[in-house]
Amino acid sequence: MADALFGRLSVDSLAVLHVFEDATINNMVDSGAAGLVIVGSVAAILVLKVFRLWTPLFRDWLFSVDHKRIGVMYMALALVMLARGVIEGVVMRWNQSAALGGGPLDPDHFGQLFSTHGTIMIFFVAMPFIFGLMNFVVPLQIGARDMAFPVLNQISLALTATGAALLMISLVVGEFTTGGWTAYPPYTGAVFSPGVGPDYWIWAILLSGVGSTLTGLNFAVTIYKERAPGMTLMRMPLFCWTALVTSILVVFALPPLTAAAALQALDRYLDFHFFTNDLGGNMMVYANLFWMFGHPEVYILILPAFGVYSEISATFAAKRLYGYETLVGATLCIAVISFMVWVHHFFTMGQSATINAAFGIATLLIAIPTGVKIYDWMATLNLGRIRMTVPIVYMTGFFFLFVIGGLSGIMLANPSIDFQVHNSLFLVGHFHNVIIPGVLFGILAAIHYWFPKVFGFRLHEGLGKLAAVLWIVGFSVTFFPLYGLGLMGMPRRSASFQDPSYEPLMQVAFYGSLIILLALTTVVLTIVVSIVYRRHLATPLGDPWDGRTLEWWTSAPPPPWNFAVRPQVTGVDAFAAAKERGDVYAPLDHYEPITMPAKTSIGFVVLVTTTLLGFAMVWWLWWLAIVALALLVGAIVVGSFYPPTEITIPADDVAREDRKWRESARQDRGVTRDEEISALNHGRAAPDMVAAE
Amino acid sequence: MTMQLYPGLNLGEAHGPDHAKSETFVFGFWVFLMSDLVLFGMLFGTYVVMRDATAGGPGPKELFDLGSVALQTAALLLSSLTCGMASLALKYDHVSDAPVPPRSLGRWLALTFFFGAVFLALEIRDFVEMFAAGSPPMRSAWMSSFTALVGLHGLHITVGLIWILVLINQIGMQSLRGVIKQRLMVWALYWHFLDIIWIGIFSVVFLGGLL
Repeated sequence: MADALFGRLSVDSLAVLHVFEDATINNMVDSGAAGLVIVGSVAAILVLKVFRLWTPLFRDWLFSVDHKRIGVMYMALALVMLARGVIEGVVMRWNQSAALGGGPLDPDHFGQLFSTHGTIMIFFVAMPFIFGLMNFVVPLQIGARDMAFPVLNQISLALTATGAALLMISLVVGEFTTGGWTAYPPYTGAVFSPGVGPDYWIWAILLSGVGSTLTGLNFAVTIYKERAPGMTLMRMPLFCWTALVTSILVVFALPPLTAAAALQALDRYLDFHFFTNDLGGNMMVYANLFWMFGHPEVYILILPAFGVYSEISATFAAKRLYGYETLVGATLCIAVISFMVWVHHFFTMGQSATINAAFGIATLLIAIPTGVKIYDWMATLNLGRIRMTVPIVYMTGFFFLFVIGGLSGIMLANPSIDFQVHNSLFLVGHFHNVIIPGVLFGILAAIHYWFPKVFGFRLHEGLGKLAAVLWIVGFSVTFFPLYGLGLMGMPRRSASFQDPSYEPLMQVAFYGSLIILLALTTVVLTIVVSIVYRRHLATPLGDPWDGRTLEWWTSAPPPPWNFAVRPQVTGVDAFAAAKERGDVYAPLDHYEPITMPAKTSIGFVVLVTTTLLGFAMVWWLWWLAIVALALLVGAIVVGSFYPPTEITIPADDVAREDRKWRESARQDRGVTRDEEISALNHGRAAPDMVAAE
Repeated sequence: MTMQLYPGLNLGEAHGPDHAKSETFVFGFWVFLMSDLVLFGMLFGTYVVMRDATAGGPGPKELFDLGSVALQTAALLLSSLTCGMASLALKYDHVSDAPVPPRSLGRWLALTFFFGAVFLALEIRDFVEMFAAGSPPMRSAWMSSFTALVGLHGLHITVGLIWILVLINQIGMQSLRGVIKQRLMVWALYWHFLDIIWIGIFSVVFLGGLL
């Protein structure tokens, strides 16, 4: 039974010690990973101490409610988690490449690997990346000063970080679930998985899920209520449209996940019988709840990536986006249909053929609006003034690879084919084929595209292109063999296999994963090298790519208030239109004081208390759970008695910064499209030769 | 005629800048309620699927006490009425240049708290009786889903009651600032929302179970 003070915790829970008990390869990997987390944390603390960064970390970042800084923190969190997720992927490919008759890793360890890999990649890489991008870009694109609810935004970030922290803690203390990222009961119920693993999953998902829901709410309200004067919905940049639709999906699709995880928690903690094998429990309810979230989730991730492709195709072709209205319509279609297809995740679970056929057809329908989008982007690029910058390289990879992934999706949408290949590596090939070239390439393209706006300097083009090519090649070599293996009958999530004919393709996939690791390393190297050469790459004037939308009409990095004077919008591509009309950097004669929300520590309080709460619930430390919950509720109630604090920036300060930026922009000669990746690019776009003719 | 800035009761232009300032906050809360409604929808769905999964244990006919449920319904509907009166007091018995809250507001809020507490007490009593009668939530999937759905509503009511206490305190301690008016507006939405959920529970769970 559980100890009153220490709950289920014991010395055995510390993974880093396992290797000393029994020095197998399995335990070396296990303890090594735990040790890496500890060493990494200690190193981070030392770096902060040595460079005296503690105060700036809290003052400028953790306490900040500025949407731009919150966006950067989301991206940093996602990048760290991406590193872990990719390494886990490589370890799994390594294990499977040598898994004929039994691989080097224990099945239990392998189960934890694919469970954490999936959970991390969806909830703590893709979602924070998407939310980070939306945080940085959306308020700037709609000409707002900040989010509708800046403090709530900070709290959402804290809750996402809590989930990620629980995932990292599970590597050091105890274990994670072996039930996959979908955590299907009854396997993950108390009878078959009595350990702490499924509980780590439950609390990471529940707490970060609340944060995601609040983020969706915040963006929906921000986009509805905080747009610049004149910016009607149909004048919004397409990224904002996709952000709006994604937010609506989040608001409606996250509650089913919350319900699934909460009911599962009731089963595990209080012996309820929702999904158990006995006393009337029904695991199909879980499958339905989970995928009512899970399918819209796919579009929550991909739609903003589609928004990115829309922005970069227009900018780097120097053309107005082709088929703006159809792209908006297609986005809305996808959103509506995304709620009607969830059953295709369990065609084989026993419902009637008629039901399967209906959901199969609904699934096929999604290909239509998605196809419309692909053609719109190609038409945008057609006859454009295309520059082969890093985002366009990623987009080229996306075109080819994503269409292949989409086509394999069409195959899976047919129930009779799905019966043959479901739960095989064919499926693993399919969803990696849409998520990596679709979502991840979109995010990497977006990072290259908006990085100069965030930090005031460009990323190194050569290294960026190398990374992009490595991603494209690495992806193809790793995941195309999985289609073949799936058709040959190899089930997913196998720690070992007996059929020697799987082995060659397995080894190809392993070498592919090494190329992906190299690609990720190159991405990190790109960032490091760019920081070193930041003076050479500086674009402080804020418009390095001849941008078309409002975020480019301010300095880089933008001032905390984004725009000294909120722009007036008269059509789509507001900044491009303004540049055609005349001098966008002309001096202004009137400035007003600006009121901004003040810094707050509530997000940090939420981070600490909810992490303690989650940890305490996982390990049955009831006293600690009560203390953490009391502190959390107390902080919110007590905080509500103090008026929200705001700071007012005097008009003179606003004017000084703004005039300085406008003055230096007027003095810069600007660059043509051909010179964009040269050191001449300080962030002012001169009229192009072609456009000028 | 004041322009409606969001669905439901608006503060109105007599409240000066507080009217326009409440737009984003109240709209945001409507979005939250939509999300919360989906959560309840999922539990309703789960309940309906598990309606017959009593696993040989007691079911609705053995356990439900319709008299008590009727009393709970009456208490909750009355609390919704007094909540509406509190909103009207906030809107009409109060003018923007006098930050002193009208006395009627506090009285209606206290009454709402009272009826809400009566509801909660009766609900807890029913749960305790069911558990004692050999049907705890661990007894069957049906009882699990019943406890989760009705319990989630009860948990919302509990939060709402704590919220009223905090608001009454804030009105008493501080002037009726714009922020507090906004909180009263959204708390009222929340309270009526829970009333509507209860109508659903009353119809689907209790009446449906006894048919």
